[in-house]
Amino acid sequence: MLKIRNLHAQVDGKDILKGITLDVKAGEVHAVMGPNGSGKSTLACVLTGREGYVVTKGSVEFEGQDLLAMAPEERAREGVFLSFQYPVEIPGMSTAYFLKAAVNAVRKHHGLDALDAMDFLKLAKEKAKLVHMDESFLNRSVNEGFSGGEKKRNEIFQMTMLEPKLAILDETDSGLDVDALRTVSEGVNAMRSPERAMIVITHYQRLLDHIKADMTHVLSDGRIVKSGGPELALEVEAKGYGWIAGDSQAGHSELAKVAKAVEGPAS
Amino acid sequence: MSKSTEASDFVDQQEEYKYGFFSDIESDVAPPGLNEDIVRLISSKKEEPEWMLEWRLEAFRAWEQMNARDGEPRWAQVKFPPIDYQAISYYAAPKDKKTLESLDEVDPELLATFDKLGISLNEQKRLSGVAVDAVFDSVSVATTFKGALADVGVIFCSFSEALREHPDLVRKYLGTVVPVRDNFYATLNSAVFSDGSFCYIPAGVRCPMELSTYFRINAANTGQFERTLIVAEEGAHVSYLEGCTAPMRDENQLHAAVVELVAMPGANIKYSTVQNWYPGDKDGKGGIYNFVTKRGKCMDNAKISWTQVETGSAITWKYPSVVLQGDNSVGEFYSVAVTNNMQQADTGTKMVHLGKNTKSTIISKGISAGKAQQSYRGLVQISPKAENARNYSQCDSLLLGDKCGAHTFPYIDVRNASAQVEHEASTSKIGEDQLFYCRQRGLSEEDAVSMIVNGFCKEVFKELPMEFAVEAQALLGISLEGAVG
Repeated sequence: MLKIRNLHAQVDGKDILKGITLDVKAGEVHAVMGPNGSGKSTLACVLTGREGYVVTKGSVEFEGQDLLAMAPEERAREGVFLSFQYPVEIPGMSTAYFLKAAVNAVRKHHGLDALDAMDFLKLAKEKAKLVHMDESFLNRSVNEGFSGGEKKRNEIFQMTMLEPKLAILDETDSGLDVDALRTVSEGVNAMRSPERAMIVITHYQRLLDHIKADMTHVLSDGRIVKSGGPELALEVEAKGYGWIAGDSQAGHSELAKVAKAVEGPAS
Repeated sequence: MSKSTEASDFVDQQEEYKYGFFSDIESDVAPPGLNEDIVRLISSKKEEPEWMLEWRLEAFRAWEQMNARDGEPRWAQVKFPPIDYQAISYYAAPKDKKTLESLDEVDPELLATFDKLGISLNEQKRLSGVAVDAVFDSVSVATTFKGALADVGVIFCSFSEALREHPDLVRKYLGTVVPVRDNFYATLNSAVFSDGSFCYIPAGVRCPMELSTYFRINAANTGQFERTLIVAEEGAHVSYLEGCTAPMRDENQLHAAVVELVAMPGANIKYSTVQNWYPGDKDGKGGIYNFVTKRGKCMDNAKISWTQVETGSAITWKYPSVVLQGDNSVGEFYSVAVTNNMQQADTGTKMVHLGKNTKSTIISKGISAGKAQQSYRGLVQISPKAENARNYSQCDSLLLGDKCGAHTFPYIDVRNASAQVEHEASTSKIGEDQLFYCRQRGLSEEDAVSMIVNGFCKEVFKELPMEFAVEAQALLGISLEGAVG
């Protein structure tokens, strides 16, 4: 579904991603871990097309299409969803109005009829239960005055409404207490399906207790320095990121080989 | 003809201002300049009664004094070069002035012009039940639904016609709300006003439909000086819609209108405006100067409500006001003003509380984008006799980008201790993060901006009549195109 090849990206002229190569197949859940500043959130921003994140090298293919050539809204309509680390408040715009427009923009893109207000509300109320949200939030302005936990639940709620092919969860666990974490994770797990892929970005392992990843990648200084199964996350938790940094040479050279193969001999 | 074709081709290629075309109807234009002879010419062209000419001449002399003494007012926060009042032509009328029995007799090119504006009269007649008094170059050429209105005694006609058919009514109320010497532009208007609308709702009558006038400025170098007078007798109700578009033009065009509303005891007047005159190009070239005086007077238990959505004009100078003269009277002002590129606006309202238990509400939403500068200027005045007066004011500004400005100048003058006056103000910005959030959910940038802006303006839009609300939302989208990113 997603093929990232030797991806380099800059923010404000500074190299942040320095050659990421990653394959994500439908049905898989990949965890991306790493210390602060390793480039985790930058990866999410580059994949969703945020302004100010400049790709200098490499390619990203999504369902056979050049993802980097698409505008942010096109990527969203094609099925790329980002659960924001810091969901944005939009005063004066009700959540229902906002999400109905979003759902219908995606439906229109796929040649489907727009949902009318009745159908939309019915669906929204159903999905809201999944993340234990009171229906009243539909009438409140998007994220305005929401608690940290409510904002994150609202992100997952939007994901369930939009049914993306690829969901990127950026630090969805940050700022959540244990109960909220469980609720959010339940919502995410309910969304797992053979057709859907997820990239779960997190600093801590605790989210991965609730959301079982098929693969774990550790990011350091803009590169994936180690990849492995779910057990890698536990190892990181036990030993800290310092352990990986010391062991990074092997992982790095291995990936460098892959990258080279992709770029071809000309470069 | 070739000029017209070229112009419309030119405009077809330019999306910025879709109403900018030039129609090729020959105009009967007065030579540029302003003097007593011109005032006499206007009056005689319109076959006005003697008292009307005297009234105009009095205004003209007052204006000459004002002009010699102080010149045009400069206290507003807008910048423009001095206007050469002698370079303006003060009268233009379509040449064919014979009375028309039906729309079929109207110059087809004129009708086509209206079609371009999206106000097909036939369509209006059939679909919306709105009577349209279309003002074209200062002279009304078509008025519809007159019959239905006449049945209940409502008079809705051009100002010239009112002067011919109902001179006593006009004479009784003209200048009673905005006096001849009120201010520089109102005085100028009083001297040279060309045409406008007159409405009279008899006592106890609820006007059976919304009354609507579309204004349009057409001939080059022609100032437009509209005069509107609406009188609602005791217990009468009326809702009046004013909508405007103007063709593209390089020279700045001056528009100095006067609107007077008279709400007798228990009467209710709702006046809604959607204004999208040519704002000038991106560099501030061209565009309309909109210097307008709008004021209403409320007697006991009467109510006047101004609702406006302003997206056009290079410069706006406008303060629709209510004088709450009678006890228990109510004044309202709901406004959305959008300025983009080099537009400037200094706008707001005045609520003058004279009677007891008078109430006023002000909701002002200003949106600034590009390099535009916008000011809210509002006066709330509670006189010594206005026991238990109440006012609530809310002024919110929304900024798009970092080169525009929003300013608020509230004037609060309270001379009675029992008054309750509240003022709230806020300034916010549409951020890159909000836009990205919307786009990440599949919304286009334009839709995102328009949804955020519409959310910001919701409180005002809900005051607009339905068909206007739709047009207003569309207008906001057009005016803010390309404002972000």
